[in-house]
Amino acid sequence: MSLGNFLIMRQELLMAAVVLIVLMAEIFTSHENRKHISTITVLLFALVTIVGFLPSPSGTLFGGMYVASGTTAIMKNVLNIGILLVMIQSITWLRKIENDEKVSEYYILLLSTAIGMNYMISAGHFLMFYIGIELATIPIAALAAFDRMKNQSAEAGIKLILSSALSSGILLYGLSMIYGTTGTLYFDEVSKLFTSNSLQTLGFIFFFAGMGFKISIVPFHLWTADVYEGAPVNVTSYLSVISKGAALFIFIIMLFRVFPAIIKTWQNTIYVVSVLTMTVGNLFAIRQQNLKRFLAFSSISQAGYILLGLIGGNELGMASVIYYILVYIFSNLGAFGVVIAISNKTGKENMDDYNGLYHTNPKLSLIMTLALFSLAGIPPVAGFFGKFFLFTAAAQKGFYLLVLIAVLNTIISLFYYLLVVKAMFINKSESPIEKFRSDFPTSLALGICVAGLVVTGFASIIFEAIRNLSFGI
Amino acid sequence: MDILTLFVVIPVLTITAILFLKDMRQVRLVSAIGMGIQLVLAAILIFMYLSARHAGNTDEMLFVKDYLWYKSLNIHYAVGVDGISVAMIGLTSLVVVAGIFASWEVEFLRREFFVSLILLASGVFGFFISIDLFTMFLFYELAVIPMYLLIGIWGTGPKEYSAMKLTLMLMGGSALLLVGLLGIYFNSAPEGGPLTFNILEISKITIPVSAQRLFFPLTFVGFGVLGALFPFHTWSPDGHASAPTAVSMLHAGVLMKLGGYGAFRVAIFLMPQAAHELSWIFIILTATSVVYGAFGAIVQKDLKYINAYSSVSHCGLVLFAILMMNKTAMNGAVIQMISHGLMTALFFALIGMIYGRTHTRLINEMGGLMKVIPFLSVCYVIAGLASLGLPGLSGFVAEMTVFFGAFQHPEPFYRVVTIVAVSSMVITAVYILRVVAILLLGPTTNDHFEHLPDAKWYEKISVVTLISSVAAIGLAPLWLSNMIGVSLQPIVTKILAISPF
Repeated sequence: MSLGNFLIMRQELLMAAVVLIVLMAEIFTSHENRKHISTITVLLFALVTIVGFLPSPSGTLFGGMYVASGTTAIMKNVLNIGILLVMIQSITWLRKIENDEKVSEYYILLLSTAIGMNYMISAGHFLMFYIGIELATIPIAALAAFDRMKNQSAEAGIKLILSSALSSGILLYGLSMIYGTTGTLYFDEVSKLFTSNSLQTLGFIFFFAGMGFKISIVPFHLWTADVYEGAPVNVTSYLSVISKGAALFIFIIMLFRVFPAIIKTWQNTIYVVSVLTMTVGNLFAIRQQNLKRFLAFSSISQAGYILLGLIGGNELGMASVIYYILVYIFSNLGAFGVVIAISNKTGKENMDDYNGLYHTNPKLSLIMTLALFSLAGIPPVAGFFGKFFLFTAAAQKGFYLLVLIAVLNTIISLFYYLLVVKAMFINKSESPIEKFRSDFPTSLALGICVAGLVVTGFASIIFEAIRNLSFGI
Repeated sequence: MDILTLFVVIPVLTITAILFLKDMRQVRLVSAIGMGIQLVLAAILIFMYLSARHAGNTDEMLFVKDYLWYKSLNIHYAVGVDGISVAMIGLTSLVVVAGIFASWEVEFLRREFFVSLILLASGVFGFFISIDLFTMFLFYELAVIPMYLLIGIWGTGPKEYSAMKLTLMLMGGSALLLVGLLGIYFNSAPEGGPLTFNILEISKITIPVSAQRLFFPLTFVGFGVLGALFPFHTWSPDGHASAPTAVSMLHAGVLMKLGGYGAFRVAIFLMPQAAHELSWIFIILTATSVVYGAFGAIVQKDLKYINAYSSVSHCGLVLFAILMMNKTAMNGAVIQMISHGLMTALFFALIGMIYGRTHTRLINEMGGLMKVIPFLSVCYVIAGLASLGLPGLSGFVAEMTVFFGAFQHPEPFYRVVTIVAVSSMVITAVYILRVVAILLLGPTTNDHFEHLPDAKWYEKISVVTLISSVAAIGLAPLWLSNMIGVSLQPIVTKILAISPF
């Protein structure tokens, strides 16, 4: 293995370099200069993101433990766009006085999880996958507890670390069964040796449950709402979009690459779980008043829709999942961006506080509306296209009943998304949120989200590019 | 750029122009100009269409333009029109212009009002020009969603409840529709080859009958919700009653026609076998709509509720006629769509104007308006007479053709149902004449109403445009029914192939 081979791992190495630079900056710069750490980190990461779009070599490293292909590259790029957006959205928040000492900490933790996700996506071996998933999870627990002075935030951190430890344990137990019956942990070899042997199936079920925690699908979703509510908004947005997206990416690769032999088993499982996830997520979202909890439950139901893309095991399904997560990044981060902007200015996070928002802050309300419409799948924003393709993918394999359940669920979700729209446009308020101007980073992030929402749908080239790189069973 | 795409581009440009306006007073002017251009364009389109047909062009769809959009799924942006869509486009542009003049005095959030209204219109126009199921569905949803804000913000009464009910029910319809469309798509190439969303291409093949049985009801009910199919009509009375004038006009006048048009163009045209097999179920439902709507209108006290129930009845008649699946009845269905569109828009415009003066819509609180506001009252009588099918106005032509066609159905069951449905004409006469008697005739019951002003210039524009169109169709229906008839031929041919009667 020559040194040049390491270029296959370009993304991870660059991110690690950024982490080290930030760490050095934290140690060696004067207090005055630390103000620029945010800007520099974001710029550096923007550079990493751009590099990701350059043509990259495919291949394997460490004897097949690390795999890089066009598919993994596009998945990483999608995540990078999201991470970059989260970073830009965090700048204003990190400028607050209570976060003064912890700016570089935030970025180091965030980027570590990003590195973990990248390794996870590129895994060709269960060990690499496990290291990646842990690296992607543990720093997030620290991030969730970032508001040191708030009890809720500490609680969120503890809940996250405990539940993810449990889920990792379950996942590892499943992997041990898979290892015990196949004698290997390499994806390629496991997929060859995998049969519908009952111990192997049990191992798969444990693996599924472990992943279920990460993606927060029902019935493994119970940690989600509390953690999302307790964690700082920026971390919540990261959890609900990037973590979930990364876990779904590796999940789809696993299902299609490692477990095609038991497709019937996981199709049935996903069928049930997806119906449960959509329905429970939606029904709980209806009653939420806190917007972070609201978006938490909405993101649970979104995971249910995304499972529709997985169920067919088809190429179209994979393409639509990757595409939908791209759209989901823009939609959810758009919605969170508005919540963050308002929370930064006023500290208000409840739906009632948004009453009459349109009359004081029309732009924010419009962005929120577009983002929510996109989540609900209303044209002309990108969410419509994303949902359409997900449903098409499931229908291609004949899951018409599931598609029907899913579209009826989108009607429920439309109901509660419209509740927010109603609060902003129709409800009157005695003390509405005052008119304010957002600063540059917030506006920039929201601008990118809106552009993404509009362009991703109409520019079919994006979907086609993803489609060309995806594969089916 | 082709002429059909202009129908979507002009509304979008108008919206953009409105968004950049500084002066709020110019908003309505810009909207009127934009939609006026659209109306002229519609007239040009009708003329171009007729001359193309006259020159011997016998293609099913004219002015077809097709751009590949999503290559891997074979989704196109494809537009094209036949006589039916041309007629619907003409109707839409008329009603939109009338609607803009009827809402000349919207004060609250004026810019947003006109933007939403025109956004709705662009969805409707896009729907009528599409011949690709994907874009059709996209425009369909685009037309429904502005409704929520339009009713929720500018409505009256229990507006939030009505807006939510209407949006969710219509979106529920589109949910069924989506599954139906996906079913059509995946069965669009039963003998191999690329799948397609293009209506013309799908119409050339026969979708396997087992699939038709599954997806016809979904598609038909999906569109039927918007066409106020019993028992999915309940959004209509609440929605129409709470909506502001222009929105009721557009919604009853145009948006509900999307249901009829879609049921006809997609459900029946692409899946005629299942339509033939299952039509008896939907015939019963639509006949129920027709009669039940008319009875519902009798007992209502609110003018808007009366008209909303009457819309349920008349739109039920559209679906009823389509399901009879013969040329005369279908011809009648299309004329009924246009006639009802104009008529109901006229009604809602007048109700809005009367309500703006009397501040009540309850008929028993009003009386003797004929003496006070003669212009509006006379127009109301004309609209009423058109609605109950007086010869010389459009309602007569439409209903006559529908029932004439429906009775041609050879099976006794269908004839019996037709007789039941015909009874609605009598009931219609009851509720129309009752309203006219209480509302307009007799002594003026309320002193406050003695000095109400009659119609202003912009209200007259709105009303006169609609009345002259209603009369034009009533007096010279032949050009319209010829235009429609030619376009019905391919559909009828397709139906005759499976059920020769």
